[in-house]
Amino acid sequence: MIEWFTWLQIAVAVVGGVLGVVLGLIGRKPNDLSMGFTGVVALLLIVQLGVAIAAPIMGNEPTGSLFEFYLYLVTAIFVPIGAGFWALIERSRWSTVILGIACIAVAIMLSRMSVIWFIQAA
Amino acid sequence: MTPENTDELSKAARRERGLGRLLIAIYAILALAALGRSVFQIATKFDQAPLAYALSAFAAVVYVLVTVSLLAHGSVWRAVAWAALCTELAGVLVVGTLSVFDSTLFPHDTVWSWFGRGYLFIPLVMPVLGIIWLARTKNRVS
Repeated sequence: MIEWFTWLQIAVAVVGGVLGVVLGLIGRKPNDLSMGFTGVVALLLIVQLGVAIAAPIMGNEPTGSLFEFYLYLVTAIFVPIGAGFWALIERSRWSTVILGIACIAVAIMLSRMSVIWFIQAA
Repeated sequence: MTPENTDELSKAARRERGLGRLLIAIYAILALAALGRSVFQIATKFDQAPLAYALSAFAAVVYVLVTVSLLAHGSVWRAVAWAALCTELAGVLVVGTLSVFDSTLFPHDTVWSWFGRGYLFIPLVMPVLGIIWLARTKNRVS
């Protein structure tokens, strides 16, 4: 994990989360903005996966359990993808809210992952 | 998803259904996260706190059950949803209380310790919301 990249991810996820929830509650169906943010969140998670695989080779080791880290990461990847599919199938305001909640969930998981990588001893 | 024309549903019914979808989505995320964490705990450090981690696994199963029963249609699944949500609420209240008064019983963070504090109290709020939603949509089977 790279610290600045993780913060970037969390920021994007939080913005996407708030956006999705607000847009959904005011009645907007999933549009390019809400879907876009969710898509970017998913993409950044894939990049994070690459970073996590490459990091130990470059000498960047997690302080905590790598197994636990990957469990969170793999789970996190499914969340925006699942929400995205949901929003494609059911185009309602609630799907937009769900997109937002998915992004917020990813933000929470990312902060947990950063604790495992940077702070927590195995 | 039921192929009803949403224009035919009243605003209240549409909102009910939307809130139901929200519940399902949040429970699905909870279930995924709890399952993942439980797998990790049992695979790596079960002997450290077997009661706590076994409970964690039980909680994960309950979350999966809530998600599935809310998704499915029919009166049987509805009954399952009621049972699962009540079990979940009882679980978080009992484990939460026990962990507050006797921290040695649950030395490690499980999803229900301290009323779900480690998960932003979401495990405490969710079953209440689920039960309220079930009670409010009593007249419709799905």
